[in-house]
Amino acid sequence: MISNKNNYEVIIKAKKGFLSVDLHEIWEYRELLFFLTLRQIKVRYKQTIMGASWAILQPFLTMIVFTIIFGSFAKIPSENIPYPIFSYSGLVLWTYFSNSLSQAGNSLVGNTNLVTKVYFPRLFIPTSSCLAGLLNYAVAMSIIVLMMVYYKFVPNIKIIIVPLVVFTTFILASGISYWLSSICVKYRDIRFILPFFIQLLMFTSPVIYPPNIVSEKYRWLLYLNPMTGLINAHRASLLGYKEVNFTTLGVSIIMSLFIFVTGIIFLKNTEKGFADLI
Amino acid sequence: MTIKENPIIQVKHLSKKYKIGMDRTYKTFSESVTNLLKSPLKTIKNIRKHNDIFWALKDVNFEVNRGEILGIIGRNGAGKSTLLKILSRITHLTEGEVILRGRVGSLLEVGTGFHPELTGRENIYFNGAILGMKKQEIENKFDEIVEFSGVKKFLDTPLKRYSSGMQVRLAFSVAAHMDPEILLIDEVLAVGDIEFQKKCLGKMSEVAGKGRTVLFVSHNMSAITRLCPRTILLNGGHILQDGPSHQVINKYLHSDIGATSMRKWTDLSKSPGNDVVRLRAVCVCTEDEEIVEKIDIRKAVGIKIEYEVLKSGYVLIPNYHFFNEEGINIFIAGDQDRLWRRRTRPVGHYTSTAWIPGNFLSEGSVVVGVAISTNATPTIVHFFERDAVAFQVIDSLEGDSARGDYGGHIPGVVRPLLRWTTKFTPNKN
Repeated sequence: MISNKNNYEVIIKAKKGFLSVDLHEIWEYRELLFFLTLRQIKVRYKQTIMGASWAILQPFLTMIVFTIIFGSFAKIPSENIPYPIFSYSGLVLWTYFSNSLSQAGNSLVGNTNLVTKVYFPRLFIPTSSCLAGLLNYAVAMSIIVLMMVYYKFVPNIKIIIVPLVVFTTFILASGISYWLSSICVKYRDIRFILPFFIQLLMFTSPVIYPPNIVSEKYRWLLYLNPMTGLINAHRASLLGYKEVNFTTLGVSIIMSLFIFVTGIIFLKNTEKGFADLI
Repeated sequence: MTIKENPIIQVKHLSKKYKIGMDRTYKTFSESVTNLLKSPLKTIKNIRKHNDIFWALKDVNFEVNRGEILGIIGRNGAGKSTLLKILSRITHLTEGEVILRGRVGSLLEVGTGFHPELTGRENIYFNGAILGMKKQEIENKFDEIVEFSGVKKFLDTPLKRYSSGMQVRLAFSVAAHMDPEILLIDEVLAVGDIEFQKKCLGKMSEVAGKGRTVLFVSHNMSAITRLCPRTILLNGGHILQDGPSHQVINKYLHSDIGATSMRKWTDLSKSPGNDVVRLRAVCVCTEDEEIVEKIDIRKAVGIKIEYEVLKSGYVLIPNYHFFNEEGINIFIAGDQDRLWRRRTRPVGHYTSTAWIPGNFLSEGSVVVGVAISTNATPTIVHFFERDAVAFQVIDSLEGDSARGDYGGHIPGVVRPLLRWTTKFTPNKN
């Protein structure tokens, strides 16, 4: 076991460099990320009657409510496709994103016992919450397959874009979670801001309505929300009924990467104080 | 030719500063904004004045060689746990430098990351991973861990169905099988049953014997003596002594660092306790209400605690834990006052005293831990202040104690003066 005894050396000093992201260490601990994710998945639906079917029910029931209120009563246009499939194709991705944020945003504070008792890259705590949600996304996608059969949507080549969109959403959710969860260690206000923040992001992204119902003058505002480009691209590539807007998707990818990288740097630079502040 | 190897741990001028009032209490954003807006000068002054700063460790220097087993002792707040937390990289140092030349595994708590909803099997894997074990390593040792814990039958039962004893055994078994180059252990052997503790100590010394470097923080002086050839005594964030264990322990026990017969907490928010009850003071006193550090073996001695009940509705049971200088638990005593039995205590100020009769304790140091708990499942421990106070029991050689006229060493954890009867039948000659 003492194989690397001459080259293993850790120096802890008072001052660390600004960009002290230790990729080697993250790789060393990769198995723990797997276990943290697995634990979340296993625990999530313990002692619930419906179990993992909540992964489907959550977006599905929301879709029914939205279809009744926004589709039937408010008559919100849906780009000439049936409103249920329009909203569900957005909701699946949205549910993944919002659940990841609400779980990962609180994750560092929620795992106080780990943070104050053992050392491992703190980055893993919010990351594992965002990773665990991917399974729910996959389960919820089974409904979209049924809906596509029912509404006779034939997927085309554009479907290969879907994994890219989902991966970008994961990057974005993780990035935002890095920021929120680290700030939450010091300022618990985040807990109260978070639900409002998520709601705001939903109303400024095309989950319920298509972006073109917003007048052209203000539409760019919607694209400030990185989820707008992602939900549009998700819907278009999955159902194949319109062209994927690569410009807005590209903008979303760049924004997501920016938030992700800055989030890692921010978390890494604040993490040494976590155990004392939490 | 062997070249002298670099020490596996080097600690140079290590200091750790806490800002009192900020550590462990979080601020709300608006609070810090309004503070700044209301009195910008005051806020800046506060930062500059350093009056609310506490050095948990100050200029600590030591080295540990590969394969050494080092004990760390000191009273509560001496900086022992902070030192381990810095070495295990949980918290960051303020000044100085630490060099670690090996993989560090730390055991600051048993069962870190245990999840009640997961099965024993799942928790072994997860806890092992948290402690820095690789998946392959856990798989290799899995049977051994299960065997050691003795909970094989319940491996696929959720942890919440385990008794607390079983949970501790499982947690220990995982921990005892971790195999880093540097192992940091905090006061974790204080829980669990004695037999199992012994088994763990045995396992750990076995691990240590294989060239592992171990740093061991404990209040258990007999465990320190048994496991560690060398010990560091910390006091107020400084190293007071570093040397052979028996010398250091002797110094600790026979100086006033180890033994205070009275402690007070002026700031209630930082005293031991929770939102139900908080400890105000502990003292050792005689029947004449005199606070003493030394007590005649023939006299009764009282342990008095003052505490504030902040929330009513709890049946509170003050309980004291008495240890001798070897760390052996002499006995535990809980409040059995009939007036308060099964009665919830209203909010207010309380003083409780327990009297240990004269001619009962043995000679030497007695260290008292005080706790207040509530019987429930599981038991609620509102606080447990280890090593709260200590006192010396002195046997006068006047001949009327249990010692009688004997002048030599008398072993035993207690020395009661018993009632002896002798029946005499004279020979009829």
